Amino acid sequence: MQKIGVFVCHCGTNIAATVDVKAVAEALGREPSVVVSQDYTYMCSESGQNLIKDSIRDYGLTGVVICSCSPRMHENTFRKAAAQAGLNPYMVEIANIREQCSWIHKDKAEATEKAIILGRAAIAKVQLNTPLIAGESSVTKRALVIGGGIAGIQTALDIAEAGFPVDIVEQKPTIGGKMAQLDKTFPTLDCSACILTPKMVECAQNENIRILSYSEVESVSGFVGNFTVKIRRKARYVDETKCTGCGLCTEKCPVKKVPNEFNLGMDNRRAIYIPFAQAVPKIAVIDADYCNMLKNGKCGVCSKVCTAGAVDYKQTDTFVEEKYGAIVAATGYEISDVSRYDEYAYSQSKDVITSLEFERLTNAAGPTGGTLLRPSDGKHPHTIVFIQCVGSRCTPEKGKPYCSKICCMYTAKHAMLTREKYPDTDVYVFYIDVRTPGKNFDEFYRRAVEEFGVHYIKGAVGKVAPRADGTLEVQASDLIMNEQLHISADLVVLAAAIEPSKSARSLATLLTASMDTNDFFTEAHPKLRPVESPTAGVFLSGMCQGPKDIPETVSQASACAAKVIGLLSKNKLTGNPCVAHSDELMCNGCSNCANVCPYGAITYSDKEFRMPDRTTKTRRVAWVNPAVCQGCGACTVACPSGAMDLSGFSNSQIMAEVDAICK
Amino acid sequence: MQVKEATGFVPTIVAFCCNWCSYAGADLSGTNRLSYPANVKIIRVPCSCRVNPIFFLRAFQRGADGVILCGCHPGDCHYTTGNYYTRRRMTLLFSMLDYLGIERNRTRVEWVSAAEGQKFAETMRSFAEEIAALGPNRRLADLRCRKDAEEAGITDERGSGDAV
Amino acid sequence: MNDLKDRVLRMSGSAVVKCMRCGKCSATCPSYDEMEYHPHEFVYIVERGDVEKLLSSESLYKCLTCFACVERCPRGVEPAKVVEAVRLVAERQQGGNRLKPDEIPALCDPDLPGQAIATAFRKYAK
Repeated sequence: MQKIGVFVCHCGTNIAATVDVKAVAEALGREPSVVVSQDYTYMCSESGQNLIKDSIRDYGLTGVVICSCSPRMHENTFRKAAAQAGLNPYMVEIANIREQCSWIHKDKAEATEKAIILGRAAIAKVQLNTPLIAGESSVTKRALVIGGGIAGIQTALDIAEAGFPVDIVEQKPTIGGKMAQLDKTFPTLDCSACILTPKMVECAQNENIRILSYSEVESVSGFVGNFTVKIRRKARYVDETKCTGCGLCTEKCPVKKVPNEFNLGMDNRRAIYIPFAQAVPKIAVIDADYCNMLKNGKCGVCSKVCTAGAVDYKQTDTFVEEKYGAIVAATGYEISDVSRYDEYAYSQSKDVITSLEFERLTNAAGPTGGTLLRPSDGKHPHTIVFIQCVGSRCTPEKGKPYCSKICCMYTAKHAMLTREKYPDTDVYVFYIDVRTPGKNFDEFYRRAVEEFGVHYIKGAVGKVAPRADGTLEVQASDLIMNEQLHISADLVVLAAAIEPSKSARSLATLLTASMDTNDFFTEAHPKLRPVESPTAGVFLSGMCQGPKDIPETVSQASACAAKVIGLLSKNKLTGNPCVAHSDELMCNGCSNCANVCPYGAITYSDKEFRMPDRTTKTRRVAWVNPAVCQGCGACTVACPSGAMDLSGFSNSQIMAEVDAICK
Repeated sequence: MQVKEATGFVPTIVAFCCNWCSYAGADLSGTNRLSYPANVKIIRVPCSCRVNPIFFLRAFQRGADGVILCGCHPGDCHYTTGNYYTRRRMTLLFSMLDYLGIERNRTRVEWVSAAEGQKFAETMRSFAEEIAALGPNRRLADLRCRKDAEEAGITDERGSGDAV
Repeated sequence: MNDLKDRVLRMSGSAVVKCMRCGKCSATCPSYDEMEYHPHEFVYIVERGDVEKLLSSESLYKCLTCFACVERCPRGVEPAKVVEAVRLVAERQQGGNRLKPDEIPALCDPDLPGQAIATAFRKYAK
């Protein structure tokens, strides 16, 4: 017979306002096996926990039920408190009377009644709880960072600094990500490449970091501390160990008309190429879609000019398999497709560009060598219109429902730099709101207006129409003047919404990490655990979790590294004792459980059993490896003989809860 | 906000929610104060695949009027494949319940992610309304399991046999 | 919620509260210069509940119902449907007919776009 203590939390007024906590404590006190039932303002507070601990000692409690907030909030707090008082932590059950009762119901009588039923269900469950002891597992002291942009680079550097080996997997031939494509960075206007490339080089030189560029994650198995990851190294047709990055092949290659993705297709590269001058690793790669040798076996120029003998047309994809203790997702973002907005004429005119294309047009390594020229005729634009919120802040049918966060600031930067370099240019910015929360951000925006004379107009652009003379007619509203404006522009720049990388969704599936409806990774807690995924051992760095600017990305990347280092510094991890176990006497060895187990945690062995007639018989029975089992319970339902059960969520416990609710 | 008919019938509804997605979704609807009927009571399970069809039958036997199971969206299961098993098992269970003459609307499987507090509340509201419209579950409810059975003098008409 | 606003919302099926005041409807409107109240103002005024003010405005009959604003509104507010609903409220009032059929030929401008004429016909009650 259990001796159960019930503790009802007021949570200030969060619970007490809609649930009569005294009545709940009194009603639950009358339940069988309950020896003490109390209520208190804040059970999670020090004194609240002491109340629980004292009761455990005073009444010799064998089970504890706490009616409070969600177990996802404070289950661990209360388990720890119980353990400190000498009670097995798994003898604690929580009835969720805040998130699932007081916060959603307004009628006090109704909410109180529900709280009592939820409390009864928890009491019914705890009656059947048994003490559980958590197993331990080892930690592989190596981290994997997926994505080699500024977020991935910073996380990898910080982990490597702490002395742990890190692998960076990058799908492009070089690390650097989007930041490498930017010209200047707000609000200080330092050159993006000047601050990024030293970090890229540091990655290449750090002996704890291995860069697996032009690679993708193929499969992930295992669990926190013990992941096994298979990585596909795509064929680059150039031997990484031999290539010196001299670039001779990229000058001699006869295929010259390949759109250069680094400059967003605004100029061309060769079929064998190095993405940009500061690429890390600086190794050439052959684009198999364009290479004559790979397509029809005729050419071989690059192989002939390569003094290092690095070109290898027969290279194929290879696979690397490695064990990791922690995995960091740093998959970053992409620019969303703006051609769906017909009114902006993005696909009709070359002079309607996205902001990232504008970055390349003003960058010294860009297609125009840093001179701002119109993509259509190479002339200097005299009137430039910037359009904000293109695809951001829309209904889901029309675009992205979120604010992309960075556009207000980079547009202020673009407008300011344009006016500084070309004072004869008229610059208009059409905005809905100017959002500049951040250190020195609003000051920066004000400078664009006050010092550089950028025309900020509150209103939206309704239509961009290309005209025969090559100009663009911009029809817009000025909400403050209550006028419709018609501006003849030479260049229109769209602040396109950002979206998570296309590869993120499939990666999330591999990692079993959850995502929100916009395909951003979900954090374990939106305020208190912002860099961890709900999946243990998977961490989030940078834009893949939500829109961020560079300073925020770097802070999050370092925070993420701190969490990874914390995990890798442990020698042992305490596992989850709520795992499956098989009753040998009932098991018939049918293998149904092993077939459904996603972790391969179930093995079979032959065991001898004494029969009633005193003979012995050998039978094949299942055994669950508690270190590998994650406790999903798939096997418990698959088992035809009812031999398999799950500790902490046993058949009888769940049925007791069902009974308590249906009574 | 109980869903009631004119007769004052308040259905008993059991919701099984997986710990990683739907239970978190239910918490989110609470955090956002999105209300749904109080007669929906949630039982936390590690994964939707932990839910044995027997739990559904048990709930109906004990007098539940509706049972709903919520899990992660297909492909998003915390345990990789758990909700695929759920989907198959529940399809089989539902066709069996159909055979027994249990209205199809009394049971439901719904995928609710941790970010879908709104969807959770809406699902529970619509499910509770549906059950209220269907009326009490009489076909599978075991009268012997009712608390007031003795006082009401209800005895088993189908002969002896212990209540399960 | 006042009665007129309620009627306009019901007839238009438009959720004016979704408006984020970007002004894209007015930016895209071909009749903008003809109007006293512009599409974004229609939405805002209805949201504030001042439908009375709109009922007497000529702007009601300037909207071409071309639906450019509906097509381009990023928030799915559908301003043209709001204008149309206010117009219907005006016409359903006693003596609210804008024109009598006899007046039409004299008003027809040979340069008037076909769409404008077609739309105008919807503005006459029987």
